[in-house]
Amino acid sequence: MRPVALCLAAALSLPPLYAAGDDSILLRGATVHTVSGPDIPNGFVLVRNGRIAEVGERIAQPHGARTIELKGLHLYPGMIDSATQIGLSEIGAVREMNDISDLGLFKPQLRAAVAVNPASEHIPVTRVNGITSVVTIPGGGIVAGQAVLFHLHGWTMDDMAVRAPVAMRMEFPRVQVPRSGPSDSPGRTTYPEAKKRYEEQLRELSDFMESAERYRQAKASAGPDFETDLKLEAMLPVLDGKIPLLIHAQKAKTIHEAIAFAEKYKVRMILEEATEAWKVAAELKAHNIAVVLPPTLRLPDEEDDPYDKPFSIPGELSKAGVKFVFATFGPGAEQNPRNLPYEAAAAVPFGLPPQEALKAITLYAAEIWGAGEDLGSIDKGKWADLIVTDGDPLETRTQVKQVFIKGVAVDLDNKQHRLYEKYLNR
Amino acid sequence: MKRFAWLLLAWPLVAGPATVIRNATVLTITKGTYQGSIVIRDGKIAEAGEKVSVPEGARIIDADGGFVMPGIIDCHSHIAADSINEGGVPVSSMVGIEDVLNPDDPDIYRALAGGVTTANILHGSVNPIGGKCMVLKMRWGQDAHGLIFEGAPPGIKFALGENVKRMGSPSAFGAAPGLRYPASRMGVEDVIRESFTAARAYQRAWHDYQAKVDRHEQAVPPRRDLKLEPLVEVLEGRRYVHAHCYRADEILMLLRVADEFGFKIRTLQHVLEGYKVAKEIAEHGAGASTFSDWWAYKAEAYDAIPYNAAIMVRKGVLVSLNSDSAELMRHLNTEAAKAIKYGGLSETEALSLITINPAKQLGVDQRVGSIEPGKDADLTLFDKHPLSNYAKVEKVFIDGQLYFDREKDREERPRKELRKKALIDKLKAQEKQDKKKPDASEKKGDQPGEPQ
Repeated sequence: MRPVALCLAAALSLPPLYAAGDDSILLRGATVHTVSGPDIPNGFVLVRNGRIAEVGERIAQPHGARTIELKGLHLYPGMIDSATQIGLSEIGAVREMNDISDLGLFKPQLRAAVAVNPASEHIPVTRVNGITSVVTIPGGGIVAGQAVLFHLHGWTMDDMAVRAPVAMRMEFPRVQVPRSGPSDSPGRTTYPEAKKRYEEQLRELSDFMESAERYRQAKASAGPDFETDLKLEAMLPVLDGKIPLLIHAQKAKTIHEAIAFAEKYKVRMILEEATEAWKVAAELKAHNIAVVLPPTLRLPDEEDDPYDKPFSIPGELSKAGVKFVFATFGPGAEQNPRNLPYEAAAAVPFGLPPQEALKAITLYAAEIWGAGEDLGSIDKGKWADLIVTDGDPLETRTQVKQVFIKGVAVDLDNKQHRLYEKYLNR
Repeated sequence: MKRFAWLLLAWPLVAGPATVIRNATVLTITKGTYQGSIVIRDGKIAEAGEKVSVPEGARIIDADGGFVMPGIIDCHSHIAADSINEGGVPVSSMVGIEDVLNPDDPDIYRALAGGVTTANILHGSVNPIGGKCMVLKMRWGQDAHGLIFEGAPPGIKFALGENVKRMGSPSAFGAAPGLRYPASRMGVEDVIRESFTAARAYQRAWHDYQAKVDRHEQAVPPRRDLKLEPLVEVLEGRRYVHAHCYRADEILMLLRVADEFGFKIRTLQHVLEGYKVAKEIAEHGAGASTFSDWWAYKAEAYDAIPYNAAIMVRKGVLVSLNSDSAELMRHLNTEAAKAIKYGGLSETEALSLITINPAKQLGVDQRVGSIEPGKDADLTLFDKHPLSNYAKVEKVFIDGQLYFDREKDREERPRKELRKKALIDKLKAQEKQDKKKPDASEKKGDQPGEPQ
């Protein structure tokens, strides 16, 4: 890490942080919002080797540590966007700049981690607003491939990955009939056709799961000449409970089916873009299933839903004791993960306690992705993913002054800021 | 004056009691911010100040320390319309949104609940010269005619760049089997120049005819051309051009074609690279109506920056923020906050982007866009400062009438649920009954010769 940090600091002409021969940094004087515990006014955070070495109210000046005074400012843990396509999609409408999905229905062997472009302009654009890590998900088919949780800073995925893979993403089969457009338009699927296709897909899915299960059993008792099948091999971490299935299911009916499916095959699941999670809240709580929410800032899902339904769902889920996290993946929002904190904020006036909104983009996100010991709060031992702000990060007007990822003060410049300076001075 | 006379005819004003909104922080936008009251009478703002004279019998609304701002104005929306694209031809100026207004679109109510009172409803963006637009007030519950912002100057949509070219591309999204000209930005300019060349000739033909009539000479009127008529109105400054555009080059192209033919571009819409040619936009006098921070969804949006609004404001362009989306339309107040974050506009400058500036762009700033005596009582009451992400809309007034009331909305929900359930039960009962006598229901349609 250290040479990387030095090179980067030099390249970006930032003040070198590790000059004193000790790579410790002492952040002092800010209000420390640990998220896991109470706020610490005028607190400190000591960063060493990229991780948080100490947090508290008072500390003896550690020898050789570089001190950064943050009086009047606020320190928060970096935010985590639990569903994005950062790195897989640069320009939405340009096919050549998209690696989101591939052909076929069952593609568990596909890994988002190998196709994320670390030089994507979306990375520096997103992190300047305090988002320090994201989950990037592949799409398409039924089993879409492996999602990755990574830091928004680093030269290669080797530097960036927090959990690779973090989950296996799946789009649960559903009856898909277009709801708008003329019913006689060519190529439009009719309801009976769509229903038939959905039933076929359910059969194919259970066949696939049975194959994976048999493969696992065969492998357990096989000799050295066992022939590897990359697709089925990729399902083993799911069947062994090492990674969860991230299941895309929007409607209550699909969610019920997804839960039954996960029970049947004894796999851990996280629900994604579950617009109707509120209808099955009790069941989700009973099964301890976490939910990655669709964007809060969306239109009501049904024409006759209350106008504020999407805004009030997070509060309802919170009250019902369902664990959820916010994400920006969904119609309209996918190119703007920098607005993650505002998806959380939008739920607050409609019933979600502000502290829960903050947790759902920090600590809870780290926890559901199995990265609770590395990310999500300002606690000893975690990666020093920290943001310095002049106020509440859930408010648009708040400025993010500095961003640390794995203890490195990252460059806050980006393509958009460069264009701003260039043309402001035209 | 003429406009107002027409207004009186169209809107018989019920001289009811006045309404007073008190105990509010009032963000007037044009006349500062004060703590006090607003008096509404006959649909207009009668008085606004710290201390007002409360008319006898006035209805008092306690804002409970909330924030009142002018109703939000969205300069680019497609709600309340049954269809928005006539894509078969490159010039579709003969069609208009007025003919396809849908007053039952729930997005009207949703926009209202987001504090929007006025919106510019535009034709789509697949034609260099598109259809005619309509300025509406979000008078939910009125019929199509009742939505129309009476007296607002008429507009027309132009469009440049990718959406237009797409129809000429073999892999066109949604394109008919045949390709449609233009397929390049060069062709887009050509279509516009050809059209205005034709419009000038048409204008001349009518002038010549009128001159002959005035001289009492025998004259045959030119054949009426519904496509060119709106373009003549543009040439004569009687119809506003709202032009969808992205890249700096195409923005300059359009401004120069307009200069060549002697008309003005009223607003550049989206104008995501407007910051690159802000000087030229200001010189032409065009307004700019942009997104706060959308980018990278297509190639021409890759250089879009969230500082766009702020740069253009600093360079003297009249700027508004728009939605182009029924969803974004619901929180334009927090979109405005982004212009403070990116580029450092003041609070008033930021709120101007969604109030007085779009009002000026649409030519309705004598009526709406700020809280001043004499203006329409189009007001939005928030519980917190509208630039906060924690604020929500409590009440919205249009023409002094309460069109949205969060409390009332919530009160009505159980009753609506019951009504919905009753309808579903009725349908289910009907289905059950139909199942009992399958022969009767099936045979009916199969009978040959049965009158339909």
